[in-house]
Amino acid sequence: MIPFRRYAPPSPADGGRKEFFSSPVCGGGAPKGRRGSWLLVLAALLLALPAVAVEPSEVLPDPALEARAREIGRALRCVVCQNQSIDDSSAEVAADMRRAVRERLVAGDSNAAVFDFMVARYGDYVLLRPPFKPGTLLLWLGAPLVLLVAGGALLFAARRRTAAPVAAPEPLSDEERQRLDRILRDAALRAAPQDEDLRERPHPEERPKDASRRVG
Amino acid sequence: MSRRLLFILPLLTLALMAGFFAWSLMSGRDPASIGSVLVGRPAPKLDLPALRPGEPPLTDAVLRTGKPVIVNFFASWCTPCLAEHPLFTRLAEREGAVIVGIAWKNKRDDALQWLKRLGDPFRLAGLDLDGKTGLDWGLSGVPETYLVDGQGIVRRHFRGPITERDLNETILPFLKGAAK
Repeated sequence: MIPFRRYAPPSPADGGRKEFFSSPVCGGGAPKGRRGSWLLVLAALLLALPAVAVEPSEVLPDPALEARAREIGRALRCVVCQNQSIDDSSAEVAADMRRAVRERLVAGDSNAAVFDFMVARYGDYVLLRPPFKPGTLLLWLGAPLVLLVAGGALLFAARRRTAAPVAAPEPLSDEERQRLDRILRDAALRAAPQDEDLRERPHPEERPKDASRRVG
Repeated sequence: MSRRLLFILPLLTLALMAGFFAWSLMSGRDPASIGSVLVGRPAPKLDLPALRPGEPPLTDAVLRTGKPVIVNFFASWCTPCLAEHPLFTRLAEREGAVIVGIAWKNKRDDALQWLKRLGDPFRLAGLDLDGKTGLDWGLSGVPETYLVDGQGIVRRHFRGPITERDLNETILPFLKGAAK
Protein backbone atom coordinates (compact mmCIF):
# COMPACT_ATOMS: atom_id res chain seq x y z
CA MET A 1 0.00 0.00 0.00
CA ILE A 2 1.32 3.39 -0.88
CA PRO A 3 1.81 5.44 2.24
CA PHE A 4 -0.21 8.59 2.35
CA ARG A 5 1.73 11.77 2.36
CA ARG A 6 0.27 14.93 3.72
CA TYR A 7 1.09 18.03 1.76
CA ALA A 8 -0.70 20.40 4.04
CA PRO A 9 -0.40 19.63 7.68
CA PRO A 10 -3.83 20.16 9.14
CA SER A 11 -3.97 22.94 11.61
CA PRO A 12 -6.95 23.99 13.66
CA ALA A 13 -7.09 27.10 11.51
CA ASP A 14 -7.67 24.92 8.48
CA GLY A 15 -11.05 24.00 9.78
CA GLY A 16 -13.36 23.05 6.97
CA ARG A 17 -10.71 23.32 4.29
CA LYS A 18 -9.11 20.18 5.54
CA GLU A 19 -11.46 18.22 3.34
CA PHE A 20 -9.97 19.94 0.38
CA PHE A 21 -6.74 18.05 0.80
CA SER A 22 -8.13 14.69 1.63
CA SER A 23 -8.57 13.57 -1.92
CA PRO A 24 -6.51 10.53 -2.82
CA VAL A 25 -4.89 12.52 -5.58
CA CYS A 26 -3.45 14.99 -3.11
CA GLY A 27 -2.35 12.14 -0.91
CA GLY A 28 -5.22 12.77 1.46
CA GLY A 29 -5.19 10.04 4.02
CA ALA A 30 -7.05 12.41 6.23
CA PRO A 31 -8.35 11.29 9.60
CA LYS A 32 -10.54 8.28 10.19
CA GLY A 33 -13.26 7.60 7.71
CA ARG A 34 -11.57 9.51 4.90
CA ARG A 35 -9.33 6.60 4.09
CA GLY A 36 -12.23 4.94 2.28
CA SER A 37 -12.13 7.55 -0.45
CA TRP A 38 -9.26 5.67 -2.03
CA LEU A 39 -11.35 2.54 -2.29
CA LEU A 40 -14.28 4.55 -3.50
CA VAL A 41 -12.34 6.01 -6.40
CA LEU A 42 -10.86 2.62 -7.20
CA ALA A 43 -14.31 1.08 -7.22
CA ALA A 44 -15.64 3.87 -9.40
CA LEU A 45 -12.84 3.31 -11.89
CA LEU A 46 -13.38 -0.43 -11.96
CA LEU A 47 -17.11 -0.21 -12.26
CA ALA A 48 -17.07 2.55 -14.88
CA LEU A 49 -18.77 1.41 -18.07
CA PRO A 50 -17.57 2.47 -21.48
CA ALA A 51 -19.42 5.55 -22.57
CA VAL A 52 -21.97 4.88 -25.26
CA ALA A 53 -23.40 7.51 -27.51
CA VAL A 54 -26.91 6.12 -27.20
CA GLU A 55 -29.05 9.00 -26.03
CA PRO A 56 -31.80 8.62 -23.46
CA SER A 57 -34.42 9.66 -26.00
CA GLU A 58 -33.42 6.75 -28.23
CA VAL A 59 -33.75 4.08 -25.57
CA LEU A 60 -36.69 1.73 -26.04
CA PRO A 61 -39.13 1.32 -23.15
CA ASP A 62 -38.92 -2.47 -23.44
CA PRO A 63 -35.64 -3.48 -21.76
CA ALA A 64 -35.47 -6.78 -23.66
CA LEU A 65 -35.72 -5.04 -27.02
CA GLU A 66 -33.28 -2.37 -25.90
CA ALA A 67 -30.79 -5.06 -24.90
CA ARG A 68 -31.08 -6.59 -28.36
CA ALA A 69 -30.67 -3.15 -29.91
CA ARG A 70 -27.45 -2.66 -27.92
CA GLU A 71 -26.19 -6.05 -28.97
CA ILE A 72 -26.80 -5.20 -32.62
CA GLY A 73 -25.51 -1.65 -32.24
CA ARG A 74 -22.19 -2.89 -30.88
CA ALA A 75 -21.70 -5.05 -33.97
CA LEU A 76 -22.55 -2.40 -36.55
CA ARG A 77 -19.87 -0.11 -37.84
CA CYS A 78 -20.50 3.60 -38.01
CA VAL A 79 -19.96 4.58 -41.64
CA VAL A 80 -18.60 7.98 -40.66
CA CYS A 81 -16.19 7.17 -37.83
CA GLN A 82 -15.17 3.90 -39.31
CA ASN A 83 -13.54 2.27 -36.33
CA GLN A 84 -16.42 2.87 -33.99
CA SER A 85 -19.60 0.95 -33.57
CA ILE A 86 -22.81 2.89 -34.02
CA ASP A 87 -23.35 2.64 -30.26
CA ASP A 88 -20.03 4.36 -29.64
CA SER A 89 -20.30 6.99 -32.32
CA SER A 90 -22.03 10.28 -31.87
CA ALA A 91 -22.13 10.96 -35.59
CA GLU A 92 -25.55 11.90 -36.95
CA VAL A 93 -25.65 8.94 -39.29
CA ALA A 94 -24.89 6.61 -36.39
CA ALA A 95 -27.87 8.08 -34.52
CA ASP A 96 -30.03 7.46 -37.59
CA MET A 97 -28.78 3.90 -37.77
CA ARG A 98 -29.50 3.30 -34.09
CA ARG A 99 -33.00 4.63 -34.60
CA ALA A 100 -33.49 2.41 -37.64
CA VAL A 101 -32.29 -0.64 -35.68
CA ARG A 102 -34.87 0.08 -32.98
CA GLU A 103 -37.61 0.64 -35.52
CA ARG A 104 -36.91 -2.70 -37.12
CA LEU A 105 -36.89 -4.45 -33.74
CA VAL A 106 -40.17 -2.85 -32.70
CA ALA A 107 -41.61 -3.92 -36.05
CA GLY A 108 -40.79 -7.49 -35.03
CA ASP A 109 -37.63 -8.16 -37.02
CA SER A 110 -35.15 -10.78 -35.83
CA ASN A 111 -31.57 -9.71 -35.15
CA ALA A 112 -30.48 -11.35 -38.40
CA ALA A 113 -33.13 -9.42 -40.32
CA VAL A 114 -31.85 -6.15 -38.83
CA PHE A 115 -28.31 -6.99 -39.91
CA ASP A 116 -29.61 -7.83 -43.40
CA PHE A 117 -31.43 -4.49 -43.45
CA MET A 118 -28.16 -2.65 -42.80
CA VAL A 119 -26.09 -4.79 -45.16
CA ALA A 120 -28.58 -4.09 -47.94
CA ARG A 121 -27.85 -0.40 -47.50
CA TYR A 122 -24.21 -0.21 -46.53
CA GLY A 123 -22.81 -3.57 -47.59
CA ASP A 124 -20.68 -5.95 -45.53
CA TYR A 125 -18.61 -2.95 -44.55
CA VAL A 126 -21.18 -2.11 -41.92
CA LEU A 127 -20.52 -5.35 -40.05
CA LEU A 128 -17.72 -5.11 -37.51
CA ARG A 129 -17.48 -8.89 -37.71
CA PRO A 130 -16.89 -9.71 -41.36
CA PRO A 131 -18.97 -12.60 -42.72
CA PHE A 132 -17.37 -15.86 -43.80
CA LYS A 133 -17.61 -16.03 -47.59
CA PRO A 134 -15.34 -16.50 -50.62
CA GLY A 135 -14.21 -12.87 -50.57
CA THR A 136 -13.13 -13.06 -46.94
CA LEU A 137 -11.59 -16.55 -47.00
CA LEU A 138 -8.08 -15.16 -46.82
CA LEU A 139 -9.05 -12.93 -43.91
CA TRP A 140 -10.49 -15.78 -41.90
CA LEU A 141 -8.16 -18.58 -42.93
CA GLY A 142 -4.97 -16.61 -43.59
CA ALA A 143 -3.62 -16.71 -40.06
CA PRO A 144 -4.40 -20.40 -39.42
CA LEU A 145 -2.90 -21.17 -42.82
CA VAL A 146 0.35 -19.40 -41.97
CA LEU A 147 0.41 -21.26 -38.67
CA LEU A 148 -0.13 -24.57 -40.42
CA VAL A 149 2.50 -23.96 -43.07
CA ALA A 150 5.09 -22.63 -40.62
CA GLY A 151 4.32 -25.36 -38.09
CA GLY A 152 4.49 -28.00 -40.82
CA ALA A 153 7.83 -26.70 -42.04
CA LEU A 154 9.24 -26.69 -38.52
CA LEU A 155 7.95 -30.19 -37.89
CA PHE A 156 9.39 -31.40 -41.18
CA ALA A 157 12.78 -29.88 -40.42
CA ALA A 158 12.81 -31.32 -36.91
CA ARG A 159 11.85 -34.77 -38.16
CA ARG A 160 14.57 -34.71 -40.78
CA ARG A 161 17.14 -33.77 -38.17
CA THR A 162 16.23 -36.68 -35.92
CA ALA A 163 15.91 -39.11 -38.83
CA ALA A 164 19.45 -38.38 -40.00
CA PRO A 165 21.54 -37.92 -36.85
CA VAL A 166 25.00 -36.55 -37.18
CA ALA A 167 27.20 -39.44 -38.35
CA ALA A 168 29.91 -40.64 -35.94
CA PRO A 169 33.17 -38.88 -36.78
CA GLU A 170 35.49 -40.85 -38.96
CA PRO A 171 38.64 -42.09 -37.23
CA LEU A 172 41.68 -39.98 -37.90
CA SER A 173 44.07 -41.09 -40.58
CA ASP A 174 47.71 -41.60 -39.62
CA GLU A 175 48.69 -38.38 -41.28
CA GLU A 176 46.06 -36.47 -39.36
CA ARG A 177 47.08 -38.06 -36.10
CA GLN A 178 50.67 -37.01 -36.68
CA ARG A 179 49.58 -33.50 -37.47
CA LEU A 180 47.47 -33.34 -34.36
CA ASP A 181 50.36 -34.58 -32.23
CA ARG A 182 52.60 -31.93 -33.72
CA ILE A 183 50.10 -29.20 -33.01
CA LEU A 184 49.66 -30.31 -29.43
CA ARG A 185 53.37 -30.56 -28.85
CA ASP A 186 53.95 -27.09 -30.32
CA ALA A 187 51.32 -25.67 -28.05
CA ALA A 188 52.91 -27.30 -25.01
CA LEU A 189 56.31 -25.94 -25.95
CA ARG A 190 54.92 -22.47 -26.46
CA ALA A 191 53.44 -22.57 -23.00
CA ALA A 192 56.57 -23.98 -21.33
CA PRO A 193 59.02 -21.07 -21.76
CA GLN A 194 56.68 -18.82 -19.83
CA ASP A 195 56.92 -21.18 -16.90
CA GLU A 196 60.70 -21.17 -17.22
CA ASP A 197 60.63 -17.44 -17.33
CA LEU A 198 58.73 -17.25 -14.10
CA ARG A 199 61.09 -19.60 -12.40
CA GLU A 200 64.19 -17.75 -13.53
CA ARG A 201 63.00 -14.42 -12.23
CA PRO A 202 64.20 -13.70 -8.74
CA HIS A 203 61.56 -14.01 -6.11
CA PRO A 204 60.29 -10.56 -5.09
CA GLU A 205 61.62 -11.05 -1.60
CA GLU A 206 65.05 -11.97 -2.96
CA ARG A 207 65.41 -8.61 -4.71
CA PRO A 208 67.73 -6.10 -3.08
CA LYS A 209 65.57 -4.22 -0.65
CA ASP A 210 66.94 -0.77 -1.48
CA ALA A 211 66.61 -1.19 -5.27
CA SER A 212 63.40 0.72 -5.48
CA ARG A 213 64.60 3.34 -3.03
CA ARG A 214 67.60 4.04 -5.12
CA VAL A 215 65.48 4.70 -8.13
CA GLY A 216 63.04 6.76 -6.21
CA MET B 1 21.25 -25.14 -51.87
CA SER B 2 17.97 -25.09 -49.97
CA ARG B 3 19.70 -23.08 -47.25
CA ARG B 4 20.65 -20.44 -49.77
CA LEU B 5 17.02 -20.32 -50.90
CA LEU B 6 16.01 -19.61 -47.32
CA PHE B 7 18.13 -16.49 -47.31
CA ILE B 8 16.23 -15.19 -50.33
CA LEU B 9 12.93 -15.56 -48.50
CA PRO B 10 13.12 -12.31 -46.47
CA LEU B 11 14.13 -10.40 -49.58
CA LEU B 12 11.24 -11.96 -51.46
CA THR B 13 8.83 -10.99 -48.68
CA LEU B 14 10.18 -7.44 -48.73
CA ALA B 15 9.77 -7.26 -52.49
CA LEU B 16 6.19 -8.53 -52.23
CA MET B 17 5.29 -5.98 -49.58
CA ALA B 18 7.00 -3.14 -51.42
CA GLY B 19 5.09 -4.13 -54.53
CA PHE B 20 1.79 -4.09 -52.66
CA PHE B 21 2.51 -0.69 -51.09
CA ALA B 22 3.57 0.76 -54.42
CA TRP B 23 0.41 -0.54 -56.04
CA SER B 24 -1.68 0.90 -53.18
CA LEU B 25 -0.08 4.28 -53.67
CA MET B 26 -0.30 4.37 -57.45
CA SER B 27 -3.69 2.83 -58.07
CA GLY B 28 -5.53 5.41 -55.98
CA ARG B 29 -6.89 2.65 -53.79
CA ASP B 30 -8.75 4.07 -50.81
CA PRO B 31 -8.87 1.52 -47.98
CA ALA B 32 -11.34 3.72 -46.09
CA SER B 33 -13.77 3.59 -48.98
CA ILE B 34 -17.03 1.94 -48.10
CA GLY B 35 -17.94 1.40 -51.69
CA SER B 36 -21.60 1.10 -52.46
CA VAL B 37 -23.69 -2.01 -52.59
CA LEU B 38 -26.33 -0.13 -54.52
CA VAL B 39 -24.34 0.01 -57.74
CA GLY B 40 -25.91 -2.38 -60.23
CA ARG B 41 -29.06 -2.70 -58.15
CA PRO B 42 -32.45 -0.99 -58.37
CA ALA B 43 -32.47 2.37 -56.65
CA PRO B 44 -34.19 2.41 -53.25
CA LYS B 45 -37.60 3.93 -53.04
CA LEU B 46 -38.17 7.64 -52.98
CA ASP B 47 -41.20 9.16 -51.35
CA LEU B 48 -40.43 12.59 -50.04
CA PRO B 49 -42.24 15.87 -49.65
CA ALA B 50 -41.23 18.41 -52.26
CA LEU B 51 -38.60 20.87 -51.18
CA ARG B 52 -40.08 23.73 -53.14
CA PRO B 53 -43.58 24.70 -52.07
CA GLY B 54 -46.41 23.93 -54.45
CA GLU B 55 -44.70 20.95 -56.13
CA PRO B 56 -45.94 17.35 -56.03
CA PRO B 57 -44.05 14.94 -53.73
CA LEU B 58 -40.83 13.41 -55.02
CA THR B 59 -41.26 9.72 -55.86
CA ASP B 60 -39.06 7.12 -57.52
CA ALA B 61 -41.18 7.32 -60.66
CA VAL B 62 -38.71 9.95 -61.84
CA LEU B 63 -36.00 7.26 -61.87
CA ARG B 64 -37.82 5.10 -64.41
CA THR B 65 -38.68 7.43 -67.25
CA GLY B 66 -36.08 5.98 -69.63
CA LYS B 67 -33.87 9.04 -69.16
CA PRO B 68 -30.77 8.92 -66.95
CA VAL B 69 -31.07 10.81 -63.69
CA ILE B 70 -28.51 12.26 -61.31
CA VAL B 71 -29.58 12.06 -57.69
CA ASN B 72 -27.72 14.43 -55.38
CA PHE B 73 -28.04 14.57 -51.61
CA PHE B 74 -27.04 17.99 -50.30
CA ALA B 75 -27.50 20.34 -47.37
CA SER B 76 -27.11 24.05 -46.91
CA TRP B 77 -24.83 23.46 -43.92
CA CYS B 78 -22.41 21.36 -45.96
CA THR B 79 -19.30 23.05 -47.28
CA PRO B 80 -18.24 20.48 -49.89
CA CYS B 81 -21.74 20.82 -51.36
CA LEU B 82 -20.86 24.41 -52.01
CA ALA B 83 -17.78 23.32 -53.91
CA GLU B 84 -19.59 20.91 -56.23
CA HIS B 85 -22.63 23.09 -56.80
CA PRO B 86 -21.34 24.94 -59.90
CA LEU B 87 -20.76 21.59 -61.60
CA PHE B 88 -24.42 20.67 -61.20
CA THR B 89 -25.42 24.06 -62.47
CA ARG B 90 -23.28 23.45 -65.53
CA LEU B 91 -24.72 19.96 -66.03
CA ALA B 92 -28.26 21.30 -65.87
CA GLU B 93 -27.69 24.32 -68.08
CA ARG B 94 -25.33 22.99 -70.73
CA GLU B 95 -26.19 19.30 -70.83
CA GLY B 96 -29.83 19.50 -69.87
CA ALA B 97 -29.23 16.75 -67.31
CA VAL B 98 -32.11 15.69 -65.08
CA ILE B 99 -30.83 16.30 -61.57
CA VAL B 100 -32.86 15.38 -58.53
CA GLY B 101 -31.80 17.23 -55.39
CA ILE B 102 -32.56 15.91 -51.93
CA ALA B 103 -31.99 18.22 -48.97
CA TRP B 104 -30.69 15.94 -46.22
CA LYS B 105 -31.25 16.88 -42.58
CA ASN B 106 -31.81 20.39 -43.65
CA LYS B 107 -34.53 22.84 -42.74
CA ARG B 108 -36.68 23.66 -45.71
CA ASP B 109 -36.12 27.40 -45.43
CA ASP B 110 -32.36 27.02 -45.11
CA ALA B 111 -32.18 24.77 -48.17
CA LEU B 112 -34.40 27.07 -50.23
CA GLN B 113 -32.38 30.10 -49.19
CA TRP B 114 -29.17 28.30 -50.17
CA LEU B 115 -30.55 27.42 -53.62
CA LYS B 116 -31.83 30.94 -54.09
CA ARG B 117 -28.38 32.30 -53.41
CA LEU B 118 -26.40 29.81 -55.53
CA GLY B 119 -28.89 28.92 -58.24
CA ASP B 120 -31.16 25.91 -58.42
CA PRO B 121 -30.05 23.19 -60.87
CA PHE B 122 -32.62 20.63 -59.71
CA ARG B 123 -35.40 19.42 -61.96
CA LEU B 124 -37.09 17.94 -58.92
CA ALA B 125 -36.23 18.43 -55.29
CA GLY B 126 -37.21 16.60 -52.13
CA LEU B 127 -36.76 17.12 -48.43
CA ASP B 128 -35.31 14.34 -46.25
CA LEU B 129 -35.48 16.05 -42.89
CA ASP B 130 -35.04 13.00 -40.67
CA GLY B 131 -32.51 11.27 -42.92
CA LYS B 132 -34.58 8.10 -43.36
CA THR B 133 -34.39 8.17 -47.14
CA GLY B 134 -30.67 8.85 -46.83
CA LEU B 135 -30.36 5.68 -44.77
CA ASP B 136 -32.27 3.69 -47.40
CA TRP B 137 -29.81 4.95 -49.97
CA GLY B 138 -26.80 3.98 -47.85
CA LEU B 139 -25.80 7.56 -47.28
CA SER B 140 -22.88 8.25 -44.97
CA GLY B 141 -23.03 12.03 -45.25
CA VAL B 142 -23.44 14.81 -47.74
CA PRO B 143 -22.74 15.38 -50.51
CA GLU B 144 -23.32 12.06 -52.20
CA THR B 145 -24.35 11.58 -55.78
CA TYR B 146 -25.91 8.62 -57.58
CA LEU B 147 -26.17 8.05 -61.31
CA VAL B 148 -29.38 6.17 -62.06
CA ASP B 149 -30.16 4.87 -65.53
CA GLY B 150 -33.57 5.20 -67.12
CA GLN B 151 -34.66 1.81 -65.76
CA GLY B 152 -34.08 2.76 -62.15
CA ILE B 153 -30.77 0.92 -61.73
CA VAL B 154 -27.98 2.70 -59.84
CA ARG B 155 -24.88 2.79 -62.05
CA ARG B 156 -22.43 4.92 -60.10
CA HIS B 157 -22.14 6.30 -56.61
CA PHE B 158 -19.93 9.17 -55.49
CA ARG B 159 -19.26 9.67 -51.81
CA GLY B 160 -18.16 13.22 -51.28
CA PRO B 161 -18.24 16.08 -53.74
CA ILE B 162 -18.00 15.38 -57.44
CA THR B 163 -15.07 16.95 -59.23
CA GLU B 164 -14.38 18.30 -62.68
CA ARG B 165 -12.65 15.02 -63.39
CA ASP B 166 -15.68 12.94 -62.31
CA LEU B 167 -17.79 15.13 -64.53
CA ASN B 168 -15.65 14.61 -67.60
CA GLU B 169 -14.63 11.01 -67.09
CA THR B 170 -17.78 9.51 -65.63
CA ILE B 171 -20.87 11.66 -65.57
CA LEU B 172 -20.86 13.04 -69.10
CA PRO B 173 -20.10 9.64 -70.71
CA PHE B 174 -22.83 8.14 -68.54
CA LEU B 175 -25.38 10.71 -69.66
CA LYS B 176 -24.44 10.18 -73.30
CA GLY B 177 -24.22 6.42 -73.06
CA ALA B 178 -27.50 6.00 -71.27
CA ALA B 179 -29.25 8.39 -73.63
CA LYS B 180 -28.54 6.19 -76.63
